[in-house]
This record gives sequence, C-alpha cells and structure tokens, in this order.
Amino acid sequence: MTEHSDFDQVSGKTTTGHEWDGIKELNTPLPRWWVITFYLTIVWAIGYWIVYPAWPLLWSHTTGVLNYSSRADVAVELANLEKIRGDKMVALGAAPLAEIEKDPALLALARARGKTVFGDNCAPCHGSGGAGAKGYPNLNDDEWLWGGSLDQIMQTIQFGVRSGHPKAHENAMLAFGKDGVLKKDQIVTVANYVRSLSGLSTSPGYNKSAGAKIFADNCAACHGDNAKGNQELGAPDLTDKIWLYGSDEATLIETISNGRAGVMPTWVGRLDPPTIKALAVYVHSLGGGK
Amino acid sequence: MNKPVNPIDLQLEDDGPLYVAQKKVYPQSVSGTFRRIKWGLMAFCLGVYYLLPFVRWNRGLGAPDQAVLVDLPNSRFYFFFIELWPQEVYYFTGLLIVAAITLFLMNSLGGRIWCGYLCPQTVWTDLFYAVERLIEGDRRERMRKNAARGTMKLQRFSELLLKHSIWLMIAWWTGGAWVLYFNDAPTLVKQLVTFQAPMLAYIWIAILTATTYLLAGFMREQVCVYMCPWPRIQAALTDEWALNVTYKYDHGEKRTSLKKANELRALGESVGDCIDCYQCVAVCPTGIDIRDGAQLDCIQCGLCIDACDTVMTKIGRETRLIGYDNDINIHRRQAGKPPIYRIVRPRTVVYFAMIACVGALMLYALLTRTLLDVNVLHDRNPVAVKLSDGSIRNAYTVRLLNKRGFDRVIAIDIDGPVNATVHVVGVDSVTPERPMIILGRDQTTELRVLVTAPAANNPEKSVPVHFRITDIGLGEVASATDNFVTP
Repeated sequence: MTEHSDFDQVSGKTTTGHEWDGIKELNTPLPRWWVITFYLTIVWAIGYWIVYPAWPLLWSHTTGVLNYSSRADVAVELANLEKIRGDKMVALGAAPLAEIEKDPALLALARARGKTVFGDNCAPCHGSGGAGAKGYPNLNDDEWLWGGSLDQIMQTIQFGVRSGHPKAHENAMLAFGKDGVLKKDQIVTVANYVRSLSGLSTSPGYNKSAGAKIFADNCAACHGDNAKGNQELGAPDLTDKIWLYGSDEATLIETISNGRAGVMPTWVGRLDPPTIKALAVYVHSLGGGK
Repeated sequence: MNKPVNPIDLQLEDDGPLYVAQKKVYPQSVSGTFRRIKWGLMAFCLGVYYLLPFVRWNRGLGAPDQAVLVDLPNSRFYFFFIELWPQEVYYFTGLLIVAAITLFLMNSLGGRIWCGYLCPQTVWTDLFYAVERLIEGDRRERMRKNAARGTMKLQRFSELLLKHSIWLMIAWWTGGAWVLYFNDAPTLVKQLVTFQAPMLAYIWIAILTATTYLLAGFMREQVCVYMCPWPRIQAALTDEWALNVTYKYDHGEKRTSLKKANELRALGESVGDCIDCYQCVAVCPTGIDIRDGAQLDCIQCGLCIDACDTVMTKIGRETRLIGYDNDINIHRRQAGKPPIYRIVRPRTVVYFAMIACVGALMLYALLTRTLLDVNVLHDRNPVAVKLSDGSIRNAYTVRLLNKRGFDRVIAIDIDGPVNATVHVVGVDSVTPERPMIILGRDQTTELRVLVTAPAANNPEKSVPVHFRITDIGLGEVASATDNFVTP
C-alpha cells in the first residue's frame, strides 16, 4: 500500500488518502495474523484443487492426484456394512424358517431387517404398517387368501400372485356377468345370499333357496360348499367379517360380474433369499400368521 | 520490598484493562496449619483419584469386579454396591443437586473452601509447584534463575528438563488414571504398557496429559482468575456471616515497620500489628495482596494465614492477623464488642435441610428401586386390527428389563378388556392363558405382544390395559399401563 503523508492529528495515525465529503479514511490495516491466515487459505485451496477432484470438464472432471471419490467411499462403506451384517444374515439364511421365531436374537434381526425391506418394497400397496387397503390385503389380520403359515407366506412373497412367474399363484375369480354365465338377476340373488352367509342384511324380496342353488352350482367349486373358502385356490372365506374389496351389495355384484384378479409381484431375484426369509418372518409376526 | 501502599494505585487497579499480561507468580514455600491441611487434602484427593480404579468389588460371576466403573459398551455404571442402568441417570441429577448445595453450604460456612483446598486446578497446581520448588529452589532462587534468562548453563537446562519431565509424568499418569475408570484397570494397564490398548484410550490420555500439563504447569492462577466462572458465582452465594480469609485491618492498621512501630508506640501513638513484611504476598499462589480486602482473585487457600502467623510468632505479636473472619466481626471489634461466629443461620439450615432431603430421597429411591421393569409401547400402524371372527386385536412392543445377575422366568398377565387373551409372538407357552418367558440375566428383552378381545364385550373406543409381569420364582412384580383401542 502506498504511504500517504496525510496525518490525522486526532487519532495520531496516517490516512489512506481517500476522502468523501471531507471525511478521511484512517489507514488501519488488517492485523498481520489475519492477512497471513487469509493467504494461507488461498494456498490451501490450490493444494486442494490438485489433490482432490475439483474442476468440471466438458464430459468429466479432474480426478486429483489422490484419485479420491466420495462415491467410492460410499461403496466401501456399503461393502463394510454387508461384511458386518454378513454373519448374522448368513445365520438367518441357514436357519429353518420355523426356528427363527423361537430364537429371540434371530427373531429380532428378522423383524428389523423385514421391517426395513417391507417399508421399501411392500408399503406402497400394503401400507407402511401392513394394514392394506381396498384390494390389497391387510397383513395384520388372520384372513389369508393363499395361506398364513410361514411357508405359505414365503411362497407368496417369492413368486407372487398372477405375476407371470411360473410358480406364482394363478387362480382368479371368474367374471360371471361379463362372460354370460349368470344373468343380472341371478347375480343380485347370489350377492344377497353371500351377504347372508356372514350375517349381513339382505334386500327385501330376495329368494334364499334360489341363491343357495346358484351358489352351489357356480361358486362352491372354489369357495367350498359351506363357503369357507380354499387357500389352495386363493378363494376367500365368505362367512367371516373380512372383505378384501368390500361387502356391500353393489361391490359384491361388481365382483361377481367382472371377477377379481389382483396382482402381487414376484420378489425372488429382486431380494436375496435371507431377506425374503426375514420379510416372511416379519409379516408372520405382525400377528395374523397361522 | 518495603514500598508503602498507595491507595490511589489500588483504586486504579479496578479501572484497569480487562486482561493484563500475565505477571509470573513465584509463591514461596510456607508451613503452618493450613499448609498441613492442604497437604493432607491433596494426598487424599490424589490418592482417591489415582487408586480408586484398582479397588475391587465382587459382584459375582460374569459381572465386572471393579468398584467404580463406567462401562460404556454395556451402558452400565458401577459404584460399589450400586449398579445403574441408562434409565436411572436421574441418580446423577440427584448427585449433582447434592453436590451443588454442598458447595453452597461450604460457601456460606467458610467461603471458597472448594477453590482453596479441593478444586482439581488447585490440587494439581499445588503439586506442580511442589515439584518446581524441589528442583529449582524456593521463590528467590527461582526469580533469580528466571531473571538470568539467556545465560542458560547446562545445570539450569538439566533442571528445567527434569522439572518438565516430572510434570509430564504426573500429567501422563493423571490422564492414564482417567481412562482406567472406563475399563478394567489392571487389564488396561497391561494393555497400555504393551501398546495393545484401544486407540481411544491413548487419545484420551494424550488429551488429559496435555490439559494437566498446561493448566497446572503454565496457566495456574490464570485459570482461577480468567477461565473459571466460580469466583463470579461466589459473589451471589456468600453472605455477611461467611468466614472468609480476611486481613483484620482493625488489628493490622496502621502498618509500619517493626522498628518504627516500637518508636511510635513509645510516643504513645496507635500502630497496627502489620509490619508490612509482604510475606502474605510472597506465599500467595495467585499473587495478590490479601490486605486489599476480599477480591475475586483470592482462592482462599489460607497460606497467607500461615505466613503471617509465622511472622507474628517470631516478633512476639498476636497471631491470626490474617484469618478466617468476616466484616461483621471487624466492625464489632472496632465498636468494642466481642466477635461472634454464627454457624447455625437460616441459610445454612436451609442448605443442610435441602441436602438431607435430596439425599434421603435418593437413598429411598435406591433402596426401593425395582430389579424388574416393564415398558409398553402401543403399535401405531395399525392401531387396531379386526379379525375374521369380528374380534379386535391390538399389538404392543413390551420391553422387559431384568437387572438381576441371573436368568428368571416371568409370566405376563393382562388386566384390560373383558375376555381378552394375550399372546407373545414366537412363544408357545405351556400355559396359553398366561404366557411365560425366560428373561436373560442383566439385559433387556423386547417382545411383541398381541392382545385380542371380542368386539361385542368392549363397546367403548378405548379401554386401559394393564400389563403385569410376575417373576415366578421371586414373586417380584412390575407393571405398565397402555390402552386397548377399538377401530
């Protein structure tokens, strides 16, 4: 900085020579330690450019002499995580399905892992707590279309329902109205009959014996003579309080007329076997498992 | 030395800068009552600190046998017969309250007893001064040697080397003792010596070595004057009855030399006992003049009392010209009344009562604390599930704590909705109505518990449900309450 001879009598300091409206600026330089620190940070920044990836290029970027990348760091961390989990997940994969719930440590691991995976993969349809929605079964209750034992749950998770996988559950509710098997009034009659099975009210003037006959001829093949359902065929129990699509007359008429064919994706190949096992245990432990 | 004190100088000191460059203090060695008390307390405090980790306490198989141990990996704190879990940190709150009120009580009785005798800064600084004196000599010698800076001869160099080595050794062992409270002491010592100890132990030792060395070796009284908040808090705690280290100016003034005093006395003029020998200043570890009155920098260690008493004895005058006293008594003496010392006052009684109260409360809590505990958390998503037969089920996460050192069998009973049944996931109990579980010793167990109730019997939206956990063998019972919700 150029030295100015201008001297301020009051403060006993020289001025910078700058003046605005008669006000002069005192020459009070920054403290030396501050200036040195400032220059050191600049030197540091230059070093940083050289050592770490810094400059964007047209289609890539400078990699820096250390070849550092935060993405590689994440990969290492993930690999470490797998290593930490390794033994436990291997133990989970090796344990027989029925034994996992008996072992508190394995149960805790399976539930923790299962909960996470459920949130990532299953929650969009079944809800984050597995409470389901219309057309998507509640996994907390005790009604199971395809069976609620550990093995059956795992089977369903692995291959899904009507998913296109060769081992998937395939059977579907037929479209009795659309396919012309039953007439409109027959459908209304059998819908009322089905409602009566679980103690729900029926429309006035409905013919019970006609309903029973239509049911025995068309529905009993899958749902059973006593309408208790058949898990081999994915046919729900029609006498209980749980209804996947709803129990009102209009919904039942819709179901009988057009059929139902909800899809559950296949998860084998997308999740590793120990994870599917954990998921099965988690769903089973939600409370509805048989 | 015998420069008369100019009151104007004293006045100026108060208006001085907030921070003055450190004036090196060279406290002189002194002997007497308070020095002996200080030696004793120093030996006691250091002894407790350095040796406590090595005290053993038998807690049975599998449990650590260290009397005082902070077991961070297992989240336990062991203190002789007490074993605290993370849920019980409120005992520390109680302990802190008792410690704080004890400080208040000490303060209202005898001023800054903590600062002068028990504060780690005082204890370690005192220890470092002892080492310094042993190697470099007493006050005058040290002043002379430091003044001869730049002409450092081999002997002076080796003196300093020795002093700093010993300081560093003390500091290192101070840091070392600290980490011993967090691990089994004999094992850790072996690991430290063979360089097998965890990195964290070495890092902590390094940190505490550095702080001890810097604070006790170099910063010393600066810590008390500038860093410590206690002198400021002190002003709010003390009262007019508290006994502080006081220069009794009613005895001391007017101060004048021994010879002059005798001459003046012969003439019949009144002279004080103080002969202005500056011994009280020479021995002061914070480098102040107690005769200026009560001041923030004074840590009230009582060494000036010893120094003054020595001089007074030598010249055949009454001792305790400086002593534990207060302004009330000085004024009383000046008015010709006898001094009074009042230990039992409303303030001390209240403090004592508070200590007794909190202490009794803690003792009661400690003696009646349960070794079986239960926490219940209701599932939020979904809060209730309707089953195929129309009954309602709620799920709970039940966390059980077995603080005993052995496994035990407990039964879970519920008391809630009419005809409700309870089921624990993963447990096929031989008694389906009353699930039983084995709780591992000294650990928590988390269970998923399902409570099912027929809907018809429970028309209300929500009813309370009590979980009762009974130890089948010992009969200990723990309980927790939550709600049973109907959708």
